[in-house]
Order: sequence, then structure tokens, then C-alpha cells
Amino acid sequence: MRNYEKYIRYRTFPTPWCPGCGNGIILKAIAICFSELDIKPKDIVVVSGIGCSGRIPTFFNTNTLHTTHGRALSFATGIKLARPDKFIVVISGDGDALAIGGNHLIHAARRNIGIKMILVNNGTYGMTGGQVSPLTPQKFITETTPYGNIEPKFNVAELLKGARASFIARETVNRPRQLKEIIEKSFKHNGFSVVEVISNCHINLGRKNKMRDPISITKWIASRTVTKTQYEKLTPDKRNHIYPVGVLFEDKDRLEYSDLYYKHIVPEAQASIPQRRNQNGK
Amino acid sequence: MRRKQVLQGNIIVAKAALAAKCNFFAGYPITPSSEIAQFMSRELPRMGYDFIQMEDEIASLGACIGASLSGRKVLTATSGPGFSLMQEHIGMAVMAEIPLVIVNVMRGGPSTGLPTKPSQADIMQVRWGTHGDHPIIALYPAFADEIYSETIRAYNLSEKFWNPVVLLLDEVIAKAHEDIELPRKNDIHIYKEKIHRIKDLNIYDREIGENPPRVDFFKGYPIHIDGLEHDKHGWPTSDPETVNKMQTLRMQKIYHYLDEIVKFKEYYMEDAEIMIFSFGVSARSSLAAIKMAREQGIKVGLFQALTIWPFPKIPLKERFKRIKKVLTVELNMGQTKYEIERVSSDDVEKKALLRANGIPFTPKEVLDKIREF
Repeated sequence: MRNYEKYIRYRTFPTPWCPGCGNGIILKAIAICFSELDIKPKDIVVVSGIGCSGRIPTFFNTNTLHTTHGRALSFATGIKLARPDKFIVVISGDGDALAIGGNHLIHAARRNIGIKMILVNNGTYGMTGGQVSPLTPQKFITETTPYGNIEPKFNVAELLKGARASFIARETVNRPRQLKEIIEKSFKHNGFSVVEVISNCHINLGRKNKMRDPISITKWIASRTVTKTQYEKLTPDKRNHIYPVGVLFEDKDRLEYSDLYYKHIVPEAQASIPQRRNQNGK
Repeated sequence: MRRKQVLQGNIIVAKAALAAKCNFFAGYPITPSSEIAQFMSRELPRMGYDFIQMEDEIASLGACIGASLSGRKVLTATSGPGFSLMQEHIGMAVMAEIPLVIVNVMRGGPSTGLPTKPSQADIMQVRWGTHGDHPIIALYPAFADEIYSETIRAYNLSEKFWNPVVLLLDEVIAKAHEDIELPRKNDIHIYKEKIHRIKDLNIYDREIGENPPRVDFFKGYPIHIDGLEHDKHGWPTSDPETVNKMQTLRMQKIYHYLDEIVKFKEYYMEDAEIMIFSFGVSARSSLAAIKMAREQGIKVGLFQALTIWPFPKIPLKERFKRIKKVLTVELNMGQTKYEIERVSSDDVEKKALLRANGIPFTPKEVLDKIREF
């Protein structure tokens, strides 16, 4: 048995995903990171919301929590505060994290609470049949934009930077090895970290946009992503619709929320307890 | 040190929660419940525990569920509009069988409504607010000492039955300062369950009539908690037989123990010919009205519900065998009125004193209604 396999809950297989889905690659990348960092399964909680990516935690042999749509971060916040010593991972889709859960995302980033977030960006609501999401590219045809999408998509990295996240990275399922390395870096970061994983949904998004099979949609993803150094060499007019991958932002100095709470708030509060009066004197 | 104190209703809730060993609070400010959050933000860090103000009520209850799953005793406090937002996660807590205590200091509604005025209009929202068939426990204190004891009971019930418990409060009672003698530590009974080490994933494995098992992270075996309908392991399932069994188990864990959960108080009921059914601040007006009516020789008594859900159906049916006149007094357009109609037969004469304009009833108003019989 390879080392990472003890983090996989084989009893719950098969997965509900379509053949060729990127979720399997993400599942394995995370499991390998767990094994390389050698975290005990009972000390890990993997939390997710609703959607195709929301079903990833079910297949981890760790503590797992499958919650309501978009709210995974709020549950994770409660767990992290109650047990700061535990390792908490949130897996969320693009609709889950940015549409219904956008508020929770920016506030978790602002607090810098020590949750490791994997944001699976497949550009659509796959589980409900392929409707437009906040990360669907413009002009794309979806179930609810039959005449093309007119809304621009979020730039997740810039959004999170504005929300003051302390670790932001982007990677694609095209490059599993680099994906694993990026996730491992994010797992080592003390604070709120987000890895946006650009994934493929050839069934519910690609099919309607001339990318019927996994190969053509991953090729399209590859054509839209460059490394950070390549990106910096691009002239601004060529940067449109091209996204850099790798670690995009990292702030190692910022204190993590529960650290701050236990190091600053608790001692401060305990010092403020009124001294009990002497039994005899008044 | 045991002496009478003058405390605000909201503060009594917070003090009782701490006495019940509450050690986690996540909330969002809302009138008229903010004092609970303020008190907790001061006291919990002093004890080395957590207070967090979340970005909204949905997230507050989410954080509470997360903390509860990590072995904490949690509290959140809100009012009608926030309670509406929380419904999503109340459903999640019912489905995954997670203990929670939620304080809802009611205010006039719907929508933003009457933020600083009392109302008793969330009764049905508490029962049926979240979608799907689900059990719920709701307690409704009226007097200062009841606020304290019912808050502790809310914790005990939620821990015992692994279900969210809602503590309903009226705005006037939560905001009023009243004198109260807090009980000694030794006089408080706190439910403690034997903690079983989870040996396998079958965390929901039990038979009908058995108390639910403890569902916690970090207790040994890694477990799966799901908001989807699940089997005994917690795996998502849609197998009709399993779904049927799980739904029955969830409902019956409450409805098998009605004697333990349903609590009420009676005043002047021995010889009463008219019964007032009421709760919260309306019960206090009614009690004053009953004293006035008794002076005039009207034989009227009060049935004050302390547990509003599950509805005190069996004790009420018992009373209706003898008493054939009932008056429902509530600060809404008639929510428990229909429940009373359901539990009483046609030969019982039913009247209701209803109002939802933000002004509590005066005893005189209740008395006038009594005299209409």
C-alpha cells in the first residue's frame, strides 16, 4: 500500500463524478500532501459545501463534514476556533465559494484564520447540469446563458488580495505534480490559504462550448495559463484572459486568527478580571 | 454572597449558559438580543474560551455547529430576522443530530418589522422554519427565574437528544431588569453523557427508542458528518428503507420522551371553569388578570406553557376533559390558537386575544376578554 492510500476511504467508492473529471486528481494530490506532511487522519477535518467538488471529502479517511451550500468556511471557522491544534481543509467549488459563499470567503480571508482552502474552479455549476457561475468565462454558453454569458468573471487572486488573504496560489489539474507541490506549500502556511485549482468540466460546460472531451478542455485551460515569470513578461494588453499559476501572494508575517486570539485576547481578558476582595476587608 | 441581584433578561440567559458550561459563542449583533453577545464577548475570553462575531447569522450558526462537533457547548443569540437566516443551518443540525442552543429574542415582524417592540410571532417559524419534516424543541420562559432554569434545561435537552433547542424570549422580558436570586452551583443539574469512544464509522447506528449516540470529531475513529440523508455510517444514501428508518429515528428520539421534555406551569387551575392558555409576557399579563378576575368571583386559571414545542398536547387534552372554556392569549395574529383548536374537541368554547402591534396586553384587556365568556 502506498503511503497516501491510508488517507483514502475506499469503502465509499465509486465516486459520483463523470469520467475524466479533474476532482480525482485533486483528491489524490491532497491525499499525497497529507501523507508527505505525515498528519494523522484523526487530526484532520475536511469540510466542504455543495457541488461536485463538495463530494470530495467523502472519500478521505479523515474526519469529514459535508455541509450546506457555500457555508463550509463558517463551519471550519468554528472547528478551528474550538480546536486550533487540528488541521482543517475546506474544499469548495467556484459557485460554492464565490457566489453563495462569497461573504464567508472574504471574511475568512480578512480574519486570516488557519484554514487551508482548495477552491476547485471548473467554471460552472456541474452538479445541477451546467449553469453560469461567477467564474464562467464571458461569451460561454451554459444552461442559463443560452445566448452567451455577458457577466465578467471574478479575478479570484485579486479579490482575495483585496480581502487580505495571506496565501494565494493558482494551479491547474493539467499539472498534477505542480498541483501537489502548491497544495503542500499552502498546507505549510500558517494562516488562511487559498489554492485555486482550475479544473475541467467537459460534460456540463465543455460540451456546450465545442470542448466535448477532457483533452480539448484541458488544452484550452493550458492555453489560458502561464507561469508567473511568463506572465510578468507579457505586455498588459496580452494579459487579458491569461492567468498566472504558482504561488501568487504570500505574507508569512501575519499572525493567524486563533493564535492572535489565544495570545492576545485571552491574556488581555484574564488580566481584566476584577480582583476578588479580601474576605475580611471591604 | 447569595443575595438578590437585579439583572437584565438577556444577561440572565448569558449567566445561565455559562453555568451550564457553555464555552463557545458565535453571533451577529441584532436588537434586542445584542446584550447576550456583548456579555459573552467579555466573559468567555476570561475563561479561556472562544467568542467570535461572524459575518452574518448563517455563518454564526455554522461556526456553532463546527464547534459543537468539536466537543464544545455552544450558544448563539438572535432575533426574528436573524433567526430566519439561521433556518438553513438548523436543518443541518437536525439532520446531522448536533446539539445547539439558539436564543431567539422575538421582535415584531415580518421582515425588519418592529425592532424594539415585543411580539410572539415566531412560534410557527420555530416549528416549521427549516424545510422538511424535523423534530424541534422550543422552550419559552416568562419570569426571571424561569429564564435561568430554562436556559440550563435547553442545554440539558440539546445534549441529551442531540438536537437544536430554541429558547424563545419576549423583547420586554429580555430587556427588562428584574430581581433574581441565582441558584448555587450545586443546585444546578447539568446533563452529562458518558462519552463512548467511537470504534467504527457507524455513528448513527441505534434502534428506535434508544438515545442518540455522541457525534463528535477527534474522539478516535475519523467520522463523516453529512447534511445529506445518510445511513448509520453517515454516508449519503437515498435507499428508501434506510431513509425511512433514519427519519423515524430522528422524530422518535424526541417524541418518545415527551414526559421529559414537555414542561408547563399551572396557576389557579384546581377549580377553574375558564382556562387561559398563554406563555411569555402574555402569561404574565394573564396571571395579573386572573387575580383581578378571582376577586370578582370568576373561576379562571392559567396554563403557562414552558415547552412550546413539542406542543403540550397530552396535558392539554387532559384539562379539556373538565374545562370547557379556553382563552388563548398571544402577541400575534393567532398561531397557537390553531394548535389549541387541534387538541380540543368541538364542545370546548374557544376564544382568543390576539394582537401584533408591538404593545403587550394589559391585565385589564385580558380581564375584559375573560368577561366575554
